[in-house]
Amino acid sequence: MSNLRELFDNLREFVVAVGSVTMFMLRMLAHLPRAVARPKLIVEQIYNSGALSLVIIMICGVFIGAVVGLQGYEVLQRFGATDSLGVGAAFALLKELGPVVTALLFAGRAGTALASEIGLMRATDQLTAMEMMAVDPILRVAVPRFLGGAISLPLLAMIFIGIALYGVQLVAVQQLGVDAASFWSQMRAAVSLDDVTDGLVKSCVFGVLCSLIAVYEGYTAIPTAEGVGRATTRTVVISAVIVLMVNYMLSAVMLR
Amino acid sequence: MVQPDTTSPQSRPAATDNLVEIRDVHYSVGRRAIFSGLNLSIPRGRITAVMGPSGTGKTTLMRLITGQIRPDSGQILFDGTDVSQLSQRDLYRLRLRMGMLFQNGALLTDMDVFENVAFPLREHTDLPDELIRNIVLTKLQAVGLRGAASLTPPELSGGMARRVALARAMATDPEMLIYDEPFTGLDPISMGMIVRLVRQMNYALGITSIVVSHDVEELAILADQSYLIAGGKVVASGTFVELKDHPSEIVHQFMNGLADGPVAFHYSPAPDYFTQLLADDA
Repeated sequence: MSNLRELFDNLREFVVAVGSVTMFMLRMLAHLPRAVARPKLIVEQIYNSGALSLVIIMICGVFIGAVVGLQGYEVLQRFGATDSLGVGAAFALLKELGPVVTALLFAGRAGTALASEIGLMRATDQLTAMEMMAVDPILRVAVPRFLGGAISLPLLAMIFIGIALYGVQLVAVQQLGVDAASFWSQMRAAVSLDDVTDGLVKSCVFGVLCSLIAVYEGYTAIPTAEGVGRATTRTVVISAVIVLMVNYMLSAVMLR
Repeated sequence: MVQPDTTSPQSRPAATDNLVEIRDVHYSVGRRAIFSGLNLSIPRGRITAVMGPSGTGKTTLMRLITGQIRPDSGQILFDGTDVSQLSQRDLYRLRLRMGMLFQNGALLTDMDVFENVAFPLREHTDLPDELIRNIVLTKLQAVGLRGAASLTPPELSGGMARRVALARAMATDPEMLIYDEPFTGLDPISMGMIVRLVRQMNYALGITSIVVSHDVEELAILADQSYLIAGGKVVASGTFVELKDHPSEIVHQFMNGLADGPVAFHYSPAPDYFTQLLADDA
């Protein structure tokens, strides 16, 4: 009986949380036109979330690409099809690994920064001070950070994919001796614009989700050191789970 | 004792009416009643102190006056308008007429001192940069921190942060300033500076000031009128001298800083000391 009650409580908590996030999103959307009218604030946040995440994205991109090249070569050489490595790697990176890994890295680097920054602003009364100065913190703090993150993630994903393909090439062509011409030409022949669009759509969705989760967690953090810490952890955990879940759903829909 | 040095009492505006009126306000958090029938008025152009033991809801009162929270019942009138009935848009419009100084300054940490003071001007006006610069420098000069314009909030001491916050609160020339525990955690020099500034703002500009604090000595220098809140109500009000001679035990205890009295030294739910010590099942 108590287990049933616990389950019911958890379910209720989940529904309340989803409702609360939705309300928060609607509040942000209501402020969107006024926020877009101040592009400088958004550009600042694209710099904070995007530009400052570039190094980690690029380093991880090279290594993810390198390992895809290594493992891909290992499998394909059994069938004598190492020339098709470029095609396989491009599909894997464009449609799955690129958007997903970038989103996970983004949640770890930019998402935590957003959540802890906003949470600390709440804990140190900065958000209340803004309200007292008749400035809506949703408009001034939440929306620009949300937009900055949502715009940054697709850009980062594209950069990640580009660098990762270079990483594949580095291992496959430079190190393992796959023919460069067939590597690139097969990739160009097989990959269509739709495949690129699929990846782009995914990373746009992840951008919205990860930024929303980070901003929401920070904004609603309990205003103590522990509360901000918990909000930061929740940002990473929830983002990771949601990204992987939604990725599967999007893949299933896109493959139809 | 800090004396007003740049202003004279003759320049003060007469207290013609009340800027804030609180009428029969009830407010509770969960089952705990914070205020039960609070009545209080803040005269225009004067410094009013709101005192009380810790946990009596002084900060809650400030949040009620500024509309951050709404009372369960009762009226909170700011210049005749009931703050608790306003929409968010109207409330924000009304807040342009108020300024609040937070205990920790609450400066925006992603901006330097100059931009912090410029913040409300940039948000609410279309003034050219040149004019904003002049206003900001004037406000910083008033709090003695023109030289700190390029510092960031983490580089400031507690007292400096509060002075910058005061300059920021002054940027839009509000009618009323609320100081939430402005003296807590300051060294005597910084405290003297804040006392001087609060007086200056009031004497020179006629700003209605509410100082929420429990620093009796500083309030004795500053306040024209004081309220002592305890148990959800105003237990005493008047000038400082009147409060010092008040017959009520709680007022006597608070004003003289006595360790025991109506607010007991020992937290009440504890059982009898000896009974507890001698109990077998301890």
